[in-house]
Amino acid sequence: MTTKNNIPLESRLPKTYRIKEIRRETAKVQTFTFDVSLGAQPGQFIMLWLPGVDEKPMSVAYDDEKGLKITFFAVGCMTEKLAQCKVGDLVGLRGPFGTHYEWKPRQRLALVAGGYGAAPMYFAARKASEDGCKLDVFVGARSAEHLLYIKELEDLRGATVHIATDDGSRGFRGYNVEVLKQQIEKGNSFDQIFACGPEMMIKAVSALSADYKIPSQLSLERYMKCGYGLCGNCVVDPLGIRLCKDGPVIKNDLCQKILEFGKYHRDDLGKKHEF
Amino acid sequence: MNLSQTILGVTFRNPTVLASGIWGITASSWQEVARNGAGGVTTKSLWLKEHKGHKNPCIISTEHWTLNAVGVPDAGVEKAKEEIGDYNKEKPVPLIANIIADSVENYGKTAAGIVELKPDFLEVNISCPNVEDEFGRPFACSAADAAAVTKAVKKVSGKVPVFIKLSPNVENIGAIALACAKAGADGFTAINTVGPGMAIDLRSRMPILSNKVGGLSGPGIKPIAVKCIADIYRATEGKLPIIGTGGVHTGEDALELMLAGATLIGIGTAIGTRGEDVFKKVTEEMSAWCKEEGIKNIAELVGGMHKTMDNE
Repeated sequence: MTTKNNIPLESRLPKTYRIKEIRRETAKVQTFTFDVSLGAQPGQFIMLWLPGVDEKPMSVAYDDEKGLKITFFAVGCMTEKLAQCKVGDLVGLRGPFGTHYEWKPRQRLALVAGGYGAAPMYFAARKASEDGCKLDVFVGARSAEHLLYIKELEDLRGATVHIATDDGSRGFRGYNVEVLKQQIEKGNSFDQIFACGPEMMIKAVSALSADYKIPSQLSLERYMKCGYGLCGNCVVDPLGIRLCKDGPVIKNDLCQKILEFGKYHRDDLGKKHEF
Repeated sequence: MNLSQTILGVTFRNPTVLASGIWGITASSWQEVARNGAGGVTTKSLWLKEHKGHKNPCIISTEHWTLNAVGVPDAGVEKAKEEIGDYNKEKPVPLIANIIADSVENYGKTAAGIVELKPDFLEVNISCPNVEDEFGRPFACSAADAAAVTKAVKKVSGKVPVFIKLSPNVENIGAIALACAKAGADGFTAINTVGPGMAIDLRSRMPILSNKVGGLSGPGIKPIAVKCIADIYRATEGKLPIIGTGGVHTGEDALELMLAGATLIGIGTAIGTRGEDVFKKVTEEMSAWCKEEGIKNIAELVGGMHKTMDNE
């Protein structure tokens, strides 16, 4: 029997691992390292299970033979409980799932990261930097204290970091997509744009990418349950494709055919909610 | 080679249908499943009003099995109106509306609301094994309860044929089917998931599913499906159509369920292993087998095992 969607069967059952290391990034953001590699690629997600509490999709902040990292924001019931975990505590992981960012060696890439989208974007940036890509990274956050992975990004070879904050407490006052637009208009050319962050930011990148005819790969988020294409909760209108399998990273030409993109998303009951 | 099946006036271009509970939450999902070759689609179970499901993890799999306790989440008849309405504007294949409720009375009310949306069939889920904490033993576990639900739905279903979805987790599925048939059922869907079952994480020593238990599906449940379908077919003398569901991954699996008595074949879990075009693959495999065997019309296989045994 062939497995068409390339999701290894063993990745569909969670297994618990002990937290090896905890790093506090900001007041509400932490990074956990686990002593396991799931072989995730930048942009893919895993399902993270806190036994007895809940399980949520999380993008992978880094994964190599030394371990897997996730960076999360304590924002709901499950992530607040997760934030109380200590080194040695057990957390379930399954995955990796979905598509990932793709580039060619030595390409010029614009990476746009909003909020905690900076974590998976750092993963892409580090791997692309190792491939000799030249990177301009546009990191946006509400204010200076919410910025993530700035130093790590600045330390990457071939990377220039552009910072934007809503309140102007660091870098450009306004949106990171504005800074990207200025760079393009100044004559900076890019082979591709990658984006990860809030959907309205992705929407702005999508429009910019179409206007300037620069191919882009965008990460979209929808409510996930199984992660491997069975439950149908992450299906988008009107294409009927499942974002756990055909996403989360999709090319802009496909993204622009998703009519609900930037308009609404569905909850666990399948009910629509506008952005 | 004719693969189509006409049942109670509704024609399906091939016998494969999307089973309820997998993928089918929205009109665009049903359209996509039809593009992938399904002969028909079944909605996820529809409630009269909003109903919350279970927390994650709610679906887990290995190569041998899938356990699910999604907990039948749904936004109610109002959302169904929008989605089925959208689907009906450009309807590629027949739609089977699956309904669920917490009482005999509410089955009637839900059916009345959904019948207005003009589905091709109503499928009545009285056999979900993963909401027992909330609602107690499924109606499908007692002939009297199953018949009472059938009667309540038939009272309001008008011309829409009513299929009762039965549970394999009973002593005598044939007797339950017969009681439903006497109460007016037009057909059956069999089987719902098996068990329920449980999986435990070794290090944390905790059950993995948030609901602790969940319905079992996957290739290994096929023999149970075959046996249940054969029992229902016998008990109702092959007079009522059966949507056979349970463990089907290949064309040969589908043909085996047909020989047991199934007219249509539900496919769900196999999407996860064979891909979304499993409907196309299963149909092609059925077609290739029939050609090799010189079978011109797939309908002639339905109940084939019983006919062969009766002639001996």
